[in-house]
Amino acid sequence: MTQSLIHARGLTKKFGDFTAVNGIDLDVVKGESFGLLGPNGAGKSTAMRMIGATSQRTSGDLTILDKDPEQFGPQIRAHLGVVPQQDNLDTHLTVSENLYIYGRYFGLSRKFVKNKIEELLAFAQLEEKRNAKVESLSGGMKRRLTIARALVSEPEILMLDEPTTGLDPQARHILWDRLFRLKEDGVTLLITTHFMDEAEQLCDRLVVMDKGSIMAEGSPAQLIKDYSTKEVLEVRFGSERNAGMADDLRQLCDRIEELPDRILMYTEDGEELLERVYKKNFHPKTSLVRRSSLEDVFLRLTGRTLVD
Amino acid sequence: MSSFQERQGSLKIVDAAKVAARGALFVTEARLRAMLKWIWLILGIAIANPVLYLVSIGLGVGAYIDENTGGMGVDGVSYITFLAPALLATAAIQGAIDESVYPTLEGFKWDKIFFSMNSTPLSGNHIAMGVFFNSVIRVSFTAVIYWFVMLAFGVLDSPRAWLAIFTAIMAGAAFGALMQALAGLLENEDIFFTVLQRFVIMPLFLFSGTFYPLTNMPIYLQWIGWISPLWHATELGRWLTYGHEISSLMLYTHFIFLNSLLLFGVIASRRIFTRRLGK
Repeated sequence: MTQSLIHARGLTKKFGDFTAVNGIDLDVVKGESFGLLGPNGAGKSTAMRMIGATSQRTSGDLTILDKDPEQFGPQIRAHLGVVPQQDNLDTHLTVSENLYIYGRYFGLSRKFVKNKIEELLAFAQLEEKRNAKVESLSGGMKRRLTIARALVSEPEILMLDEPTTGLDPQARHILWDRLFRLKEDGVTLLITTHFMDEAEQLCDRLVVMDKGSIMAEGSPAQLIKDYSTKEVLEVRFGSERNAGMADDLRQLCDRIEELPDRILMYTEDGEELLERVYKKNFHPKTSLVRRSSLEDVFLRLTGRTLVD
Repeated sequence: MSSFQERQGSLKIVDAAKVAARGALFVTEARLRAMLKWIWLILGIAIANPVLYLVSIGLGVGAYIDENTGGMGVDGVSYITFLAPALLATAAIQGAIDESVYPTLEGFKWDKIFFSMNSTPLSGNHIAMGVFFNSVIRVSFTAVIYWFVMLAFGVLDSPRAWLAIFTAIMAGAAFGALMQALAGLLENEDIFFTVLQRFVIMPLFLFSGTFYPLTNMPIYLQWIGWISPLWHATELGRWLTYGHEISSLMLYTHFIFLNSLLLFGVIASRRIFTRRLGK
């Protein structure tokens, strides 16, 4: 039986006149890794806070673990592990004390938490930092500690808001590896991100959000198939000539997107298209053939790029 | 090695009802752990504060006053005996401000740990009460030490003098709860501390009958004492430490005033914390 752990219909949040989340529908099943992909300000964090049973919705239906967060906030939060966008660790305390007090907030026994800390320190690769103050940690270490902290209660659902924003590539890959392992252990993941590579790496299924609404839903592969071509040819003619070339290039393929610094040409076969570009005597300064990504899906859906 | 060999899941191991019942204590435990990091500073202040004040003003100014009153002192006792209960209550209030205003601003604004607490089964009420309990613990610590310093200075002259510890804690708790509620409302703390220190704490300290009986002040300034928790606690403290005369009506008034303030502050804090976290 597939059972929705998170179920939302017409979920809406308004702050005064501003609609942050505008009637979204979601269903996340057990063991799934589900993503909310969208640019900053798309309403992802607001949606996360409603699902996290801390912020009350303005309208719509929402159940988490079959409970309404308006009535059962604490009972729902007992089974969530929340990793907010900004690490809100207790800076007065050490690494292991942060894990300890958080476990206590879930009412876990001292003995249980003490054993759990060892496991979590190993998971987060922070064994040598156990007695270090949080202030002295690097950005990546703080992030791993915040994630480890969210796992102290063995949550049914782990919610990560922009888990790797601000991390260097190596730190991101370490984190992704840790999240993969959690997924293998059967933890349901809900992730927001504005990095398309992160969404492709981590999510079984995702929704693309923009301006508080859902634009599309599906697996990364399905979304790319539905909203983009197999390959993309990126060409640059220099900023003055890009605009002038667009009309000519449009004749050569299904669809093009003009960006300030380059032109994207959508096609099933990038190399073949590039040959045709050269045959027409258009000589781009640089060219690159790549596979379509969720970035292209987003561009197609909204006319804008994910990261400005 | 898998990290989660014995994973049982939160459905088995987390008891939301237990957190609902004892959540405030879990928050208190966490705040106490943080406070223990600067216990030496707290202890230093708790000892230095009474010693410095009692020596400089109590004995120094006191010698001058006692001499000029022909050995009568103030209120029938030596000046230091008159002054000490007021300073005890002042120290309790100052300690309460430290442990309620700073953690509240920190929790909501600086490192936002209240939001991380609130993403667990803890609610705004638990967090407000945890901060409050921690502040009461700090105040109690300060008041007990102050009381022993007073004992060493020989200014306690009544068998029930030990009860003054509790009236000081009551005043600290009441003032702390009010300040906690106020700090919970602040979105921007830029000038808050300056205003609080200069226009609230300082006038209260000066105009609450601390250094001389409130009745010595012009009648149009006495209202400051009446609304000041410090004055009410000072009157109770004087009654308890050296037998300052108080009518039973005023005794009840002081007691009810302080406890009403305490109750109001706690209820307001709980509401304000809950509302701000749920935005």
